Amino acid sequence: MLNIKDLYTAVENKKILEGLNLSVNAGEVHAIMGPNGSGKSTLANILAGKDGYQVTQGSVTYEDKNLLELSPEERARKGVFLAFQYPVEIPGVNNIYLLKAALNAIRKHKSEPELDAMEFMSLVKEKMKLVQMNEDLLTRSVNEGFSGGEKKRNEVFQMAILEPKLAILDETDSGLDIDALKIVAEGVNSLRNKERAFILVTHYQRLLNYIKPDYVHVLSKGKIIKSGGPELAIELEEKGYDWIH
Amino acid sequence: MTGFINKKMKDIIDNYAADFTELQSIRKNDWFSKHRKSAFNFFKESGFPNTKNEDWKYTDTKPITKNVFSNISNTNIVARDNEVNEIIFKDLECINLVFINGAYSEEYSDIKNISDKVIIKNMANALVNDENLLKEHLTQHIDQDSSSFTALNTAFIQDGIYINIPKDIDIERPININYISMDGSNAFATHPRNLILMGENSNATIIENYVGNGDSNYFTNSVTETFLSQGAMLKHYKIQQESFNAFHIGSLNTSLSKDSRFESHSVSIGGALVRNNINANLNGEGAEIIMNGLYMTDNAQHVDNHTHVNHLKPHTHSHQNYRGVLNGKSRGVFNGKVVVHPKAQKIEAYQNNANLLLSDDSEIDTKPELEIYADDVKCTHGATVGQLDDDMLFYLRSRAVDEQTARSLLTYAFADEVLNEINFKEIKNKLEQLVISRLPDSSLIREYV
Ligand SMILES: Nc1ncnc2c1ncn2[C@@H]1O[C@H](COP(=O)(O)OP(=O)(O)OP(=O)(O)O)[C@@H](O)[C@H]1O
Ligand SMILES: [Mg+2]
Repeated sequence: MLNIKDLYTAVENKKILEGLNLSVNAGEVHAIMGPNGSGKSTLANILAGKDGYQVTQGSVTYEDKNLLELSPEERARKGVFLAFQYPVEIPGVNNIYLLKAALNAIRKHKSEPELDAMEFMSLVKEKMKLVQMNEDLLTRSVNEGFSGGEKKRNEVFQMAILEPKLAILDETDSGLDIDALKIVAEGVNSLRNKERAFILVTHYQRLLNYIKPDYVHVLSKGKIIKSGGPELAIELEEKGYDWIH
Repeated sequence: MTGFINKKMKDIIDNYAADFTELQSIRKNDWFSKHRKSAFNFFKESGFPNTKNEDWKYTDTKPITKNVFSNISNTNIVARDNEVNEIIFKDLECINLVFINGAYSEEYSDIKNISDKVIIKNMANALVNDENLLKEHLTQHIDQDSSSFTALNTAFIQDGIYINIPKDIDIERPININYISMDGSNAFATHPRNLILMGENSNATIIENYVGNGDSNYFTNSVTETFLSQGAMLKHYKIQQESFNAFHIGSLNTSLSKDSRFESHSVSIGGALVRNNINANLNGEGAEIIMNGLYMTDNAQHVDNHTHVNHLKPHTHSHQNYRGVLNGKSRGVFNGKVVVHPKAQKIEAYQNNANLLLSDDSEIDTKPELEIYADDVKCTHGATVGQLDDDMLFYLRSRAVDEQTARSLLTYAFADEVLNEINFKEIKNKLEQLVISRLPDSSLIREYV
């Protein structure tokens, strides 16, 4: 589904990713761990199409097409979803209207009929239970005045509605209390299936107790320096990153 | 004033003088004639302001003075029903007053079913029949050394609205004054004049709506004077949607007595060259003025908002919030002046101006000014100029929103902060729709807000 080959990127001439390789198949869950500043969010942003990064070398293909030449909105329509590490507040744009329009844009792209207000609301009710989202967050402006945990939950809620093919969760577990963490994990687990792939960026092995990854990768100084199974996360938790070279 | 009148300016003034003489000859000599004459003399001596004048530093009036306008209203212009119907509120019952190219239209105005204590009539009529009250107020609520545009208006008053709301009366229906300018055979200037007198503890909502069709070329030079007695409340809306070739200079002057409250909401989206003035005198303790403004410009438009608040008594409040959205090669100006006079202790003055520049070639000059001659006051002011936020844009696009729609949506959200201050739902909705209609992808934006 996703193939990243020898990717080098820079921001304002600062090199960030330096020869990153990663291959993700449908149905798989990949966890990416690594020290602060190693380039995890950069990778997530590049996959979602954020401006401002120069790709100096390498390639990214998604469903056998060049992902890098698509606009962020085209990627979203083709099933790429990024749950942001720091979801931005957007005063004046209604949370639920944004989500409805997003869903319908994606459905339209798939040649599926758009949902009317009633159908959409029943879907919302169902998914809200899944992430136990507070109902009055729906009608507020996007993330405006949400607590840190509420923002993260809202990201997972959006993911649950949009049902992406490739979901990238950038530290969605950071800043969540233990109950919220379980809820978010259940949200992800309920979406796991053969067609869908996940990239989970996390600092904590704890999350992986609830979402069992197929692969764990260590990203350091812009490239993946070690890959393994779930046991690698436990090892990292014990020993930190220094022992890997 | 500028003082020095050069040859070119003299020619310009002569044009106005010819019209003035003609108008004087067809009008009989009445109590107001001496006001007209002294106002015209003032105009003749000062001429139009130029950019050396500090108050006009950022706004060059040459585009207006270059044109020759006819200053005598043509009452033969006929409006079409659909044009007028489109302008007035459909889902809100108003007292509608309509002027077409400066002349009062009885046909489209509706002053029925109003308490007989309330006076609402057109100015031409009031000048003849309400001499006593007008004498006391007309020209009394503008600054003594007011601009030559106001003087020009006084000299040329042909029509406008006179409203008198007596003590304790609460007019629930908004009074909707529409100044509609339509293509005429020649370029014309109108000088609408409104006088609004609010009795003690009275309450009213007034809309001044300036509309032009297509790209017609004309000049609106309007002046409104309002006087609020003790405890009166006036909500004033000004909607400036003149044609993109029109010039608009509008001055709103208000005197506030003890415990009165004036709320001004101004939305300015039309016109080639526009100046909106608000001059407020807080003359009584506990008086309060709220000024909200939104201006949106594109192409080569120039919109200047000037406010001047005098805190003359203790415990008075002023609160200003203006926002600008500028695109193309357009230019905006915000100059807000707050003067706290000696002995006006314990006043509060807040002033903020935020601007969104959507293009590299658009420009804003923002100048909040504070002059404080008292020592126990609370004053804050600030101005910001920025662009659309990249992180917000990316977030929206990552949720499948097209780039152009995302830009419009964020622009709308920025502008809507000002409209959110309006608690009259129907008026707020109408203004929101107006703002949306000016943005690219307007039909798509409606899905998100
Ligand atoms: N726009 C930018 N301009 C300059 N430097 C940047 C920019 N974006 C990222 N960087 C730098 O690139 C490096 C990688 O940042 P990134 O956010 O990808 O790290 P991360 O692995 O997600 O870290 P964390 O675990 O703290 O979230 C950092 O040193 C960061 O300062
Ligand atoms: Mg990060």
